[in-house]
Amino acid sequence: MTSLVQSPVPSRIQSVGAVSAQRVGFAEPLPLKSGAVLPAFELAFETYGSLNAAKDNAILVCHALSGHHHVAGHYADNPNNIGWWDNIVGPGRPFDTDRFFIVGLNNLGGCHGSTGPASSNPLTGKPWGADFPVVTVEDWVASQARLADHLGIDAWAAVIGGSLGGMQALQWTMSFPERIRNSLVIAAAPRLSAENIAFNDVARQAIITDPDFHGGHFYEHGVRPMRGLRLARMLGHITYLSDDQMAEKFGRRVKPGAGSYGFDVEFEIESYLRYQGDKFAGVFDANTYLRMTKALDYFDPAAAFENDLAAALASARAKFLVVSFTTDWRFSPARSREIVNALVKNGQDVSYAEIASAHGHDSFLMDEPHYHAVIEAYLRRVLP
Amino acid sequence: MTNIGNALGRGDFDVIASWVQPGERVLDLGCGDGSLLKLLIESRGARGYGIELENAATLAALKNGINVIQSNLEQGLAGFGDRTFDHVVLSRTLQTVRHTEKILGEMLRVGREAVISFPNFAYWKNRMAVMAGRMPVSEDLPYEWFDTPNLRFFTILDFEALCQKMSLAIRDRQVLDDAGSLVTEEHNFLGSVAVFRLGRD
Repeated sequence: MTSLVQSPVPSRIQSVGAVSAQRVGFAEPLPLKSGAVLPAFELAFETYGSLNAAKDNAILVCHALSGHHHVAGHYADNPNNIGWWDNIVGPGRPFDTDRFFIVGLNNLGGCHGSTGPASSNPLTGKPWGADFPVVTVEDWVASQARLADHLGIDAWAAVIGGSLGGMQALQWTMSFPERIRNSLVIAAAPRLSAENIAFNDVARQAIITDPDFHGGHFYEHGVRPMRGLRLARMLGHITYLSDDQMAEKFGRRVKPGAGSYGFDVEFEIESYLRYQGDKFAGVFDANTYLRMTKALDYFDPAAAFENDLAAALASARAKFLVVSFTTDWRFSPARSREIVNALVKNGQDVSYAEIASAHGHDSFLMDEPHYHAVIEAYLRRVLP
Repeated sequence: MTNIGNALGRGDFDVIASWVQPGERVLDLGCGDGSLLKLLIESRGARGYGIELENAATLAALKNGINVIQSNLEQGLAGFGDRTFDHVVLSRTLQTVRHTEKILGEMLRVGREAVISFPNFAYWKNRMAVMAGRMPVSEDLPYEWFDTPNLRFFTILDFEALCQKMSLAIRDRQVLDDAGSLVTEEHNFLGSVAVFRLGRD
């Protein structure tokens, strides 16, 4: 059928298009919270938009457990490799590249280009493996400050992250109060609960007990602990979804040939989780996964202040936007409210939105209109 | 007293503004688009937060540049410590709250003073409407009976009786007619909206 309706004017709202990754080396040793010192390191990063003359329009996007520096756009030689938060970055989108200079990086200890366990240990010439130090959220923020120095950014207009990324956005306000004007803390928590840590440890045990793990030195054996990583991802994935969403997406639907009283894939949820596990195990580094979950477990800024989160945040100078999602049971709205209440107690500037969404913890990556409208409205306050 | 609130069609805003001193900390419950807080910040140098449940109003408040916390009132207050605020404001919202005594108690826990405005059901035009057999619809009671968010219909005298029952001290009271002008006599008959400032002795 031929439509008589004229095609709409092409929207100005679009993806950033083709992007490319960069890498920068830092020769000055980085002291870590564990007491270890990283002699030198490299960070992989991407940028979108332009830093303005006043250098006051920079936004840092921090990634969560399995993320990286490829936040938005696609690579010219691989159009299908689209950034993990592409739906929010671009001209006319909430992270508006016409107004902001957006920076994404791969965190230290990662497996997408920044120095991590698979990198070469300068002392041995072999991969670090198990000897790569455990890095913390504080360490990441310290390394991100080096990246800011490299880019000529004195202070971020905003640091933004979801989940573990939100913890980095929060940590920035305490580690470098003068270098961050706004902190957007999304689907995060001020510390993990015992249940959160329990899930992380089951994931770690799945990896560590895989015979192919070899105490973390599997690279030199030419194998990877795929079974452990796969189980860790399957478990993690369950905690990212909501019961309602699983019921709607999969219910009790089965694949053809189900009901054979065996243990092959029968229910669609099994098929989905195994697919997600296999996909992840094929690309992700087991040592990185261990360290990311440990960084989550250790994050607890209130601990040094007699468990008083308000006291921990008292040094912050940033303004805050805290966002949570109704069906997120990994970091529920109540966890975000702990952050909000601490900031209110201090009389600090904070706004909070609780977004109705069916997608559980993963909601922060979804293109939910009210959620994006909230981010857009807040960032208009940051830079009109 | 300023006239900005009256220009917004909200005479109670000006009364509330006159009670807020520069630098004081205000919590506005059911802040809507944040107009009152914005007025208090800009004209009185106040600091503070609004609590709002609705998505559209939360977004409007964000656009208005105020600190808005999306929450229902009870949850919103539960997380705040005693005496966190100088004033806790509930403007034209008390009639929509189910747990009336609880919210008044909570307001005077987290705040030094509670500021409350509400439509006076005993306003003479409302009485006339009921006399004529219909529920009142007016500037200050703008809903039909079937779509009103209001759960409680009460008068200035009713509210004062509740304050006495709860041993809440009435520090100030201003009453406005439906044109936003101050009413100086026969408050419960001539007043369309009342604004109270409460504390604990």
